Amino acid sequence: MTFDVATIRKQYPTLQQEVDGRRLVYLDSAASSQTPEAVLDAMDVYYRRLRANVERGVYRLSEEATGRYEAARARLARFVGAPSPDGVVFTRNVTEAINLVAYSWVRRRLGPGDAVLTTAMEHHANFVPWWHAAQDTGVELRIVPVREDFHLDVEAMEALLADGKVRFLALGHVSNVLGTINPLRELIALARAANPEVVVLVDGAQAVPHLPVDVAALDVDFYGITGHKMLGPTGIGALIAKPERLEQMPPFLTGGSMILDVSAEQVVWNHPPHRFEAGTPMIAEAFGLHAACDVLDELGMHEVRAHERGLVATFVDALVAADGVTVYGPTDPDQRSGAISFAVDGVHPHDLGAMLDSYGVCIRVGHHCAKPLMRWLGVNATARASLYVYNDVDDLAPLLEGIEAARRFFAR
Amino acid sequence: MDDLYQEIILDHYRRPKNRAPQLDGEDVHVHHSNPLCGDELDLRLRVRDGRIDGLVFDGEGCSISQASASAMTDAGLDRDLDDALALAEDFRQLMHGTPATRPDDLRDGVVFEGVARFPVRVKCALLGWMAVRDAIETYLAGASDHAVTYDD
Repeated sequence: MTFDVATIRKQYPTLQQEVDGRRLVYLDSAASSQTPEAVLDAMDVYYRRLRANVERGVYRLSEEATGRYEAARARLARFVGAPSPDGVVFTRNVTEAINLVAYSWVRRRLGPGDAVLTTAMEHHANFVPWWHAAQDTGVELRIVPVREDFHLDVEAMEALLADGKVRFLALGHVSNVLGTINPLRELIALARAANPEVVVLVDGAQAVPHLPVDVAALDVDFYGITGHKMLGPTGIGALIAKPERLEQMPPFLTGGSMILDVSAEQVVWNHPPHRFEAGTPMIAEAFGLHAACDVLDELGMHEVRAHERGLVATFVDALVAADGVTVYGPTDPDQRSGAISFAVDGVHPHDLGAMLDSYGVCIRVGHHCAKPLMRWLGVNATARASLYVYNDVDDLAPLLEGIEAARRFFAR
Repeated sequence: MDDLYQEIILDHYRRPKNRAPQLDGEDVHVHHSNPLCGDELDLRLRVRDGRIDGLVFDGEGCSISQASASAMTDAGLDRDLDDALALAEDFRQLMHGTPATRPDDLRDGVVFEGVARFPVRVKCALLGWMAVRDAIETYLAGASDHAVTYDD
């Protein structure tokens, strides 16, 4: 199947809009993707036909809703190659998935004398929970630096692992700022060579929407996913885990649904994954996420990646060639995804964002929730254009036009 | 774009007034930052006889934040401290959609009126004015240094 962007775009109601008479050009999917009709329809099925609570009703409406909720779990497991649906815990987003692990694993098991290793490339969601845990428990936080070529410094990482104290590795799959695709297998192998018992968590927020991902093949203990960046609704994500890890863990949040028995004397936790889903879950959102997996598999994740690889090469080449533009990130399309950070000489990112908005172009400006990386880059903020299945080469001209207009407008 | 970026605002951005990294005889230095957009502002104040005798800013940020700080120093210099505080309040009200009561005293500050229609940029325009208010209050409290981070 050829990748027919014109046809794909028709499935996205938001992309049919005009801004000041211009076609809306959405280049901020790394922040949040747009939603296709199929996902909207799936959520509609819940609210219009199957509206009942799940995991507790004995009537058919609830049973069917429960069946669909659990089917979404199995669908997501299949989409990312999770070892088992029992290893899929629905969370609000990756942030919650990582906090779950921080509270139910790291804070319970690690302390003074142990180290958590993360990187200077992480989104705050995969940095602050470890920093906070380190403050509270005395575990040491170590940080792999970034090299001049926008990749992690593997030699420095080896040195940080050398004393064998690293018991937990928290690593992003794809950088939300640089677009760098980290060589996970190589990096995880390094960590396991230093300590075979090391537990590995990967933040997959920027990977699962854009690359074929096989969590079982990666052999990681935990893998975080968010729905709203992969054509799904907001408010749902997942922690993918080895089921045996979840068995070993106490709950994160407690309350309804996550118990087998409760008395004044004792509480018996439910089995995973339900142990980690306290209260009424995001039901419509699970229906929507199921549909999002269907849409992406119909396009084919290898085809999605091939489309974005070609597109990012075109965008990066054009930005590198543009006057006064500096790109932060690898230029080789094989090493990067479609999140492209850049600076424009003499134009603050905020002003650039405002100018591009007047051209109907939506980009993200700011620190991208990655302040350690911003510090390393030596900037307060960058502009970031990011690509997805509904973007095409025709989105490049409005971006370049807006950048050039901003350069002329703000020239000092 | 033209509503937000008036020519006078761009002039202040391109050729800021009272922009300097140091101030001789400085009494107070405040640092204000807005991590969300990455705006940073250093403001230095010298007071003589209850009057703003020296006022310079330095920093990094979007055109609105830097231009507004420039316009603020121009409007604030040579004012009594109480008067400058009142003027900063007038500017704050302006950013919340209330017409300025002292448009002449705000000088170029009045051209930022249009920013009130862009809620995400209001804090950019306010940065310099909130910094001068803080600098005066810090001075009146007998201190010489203060840092403020707006976490929005």
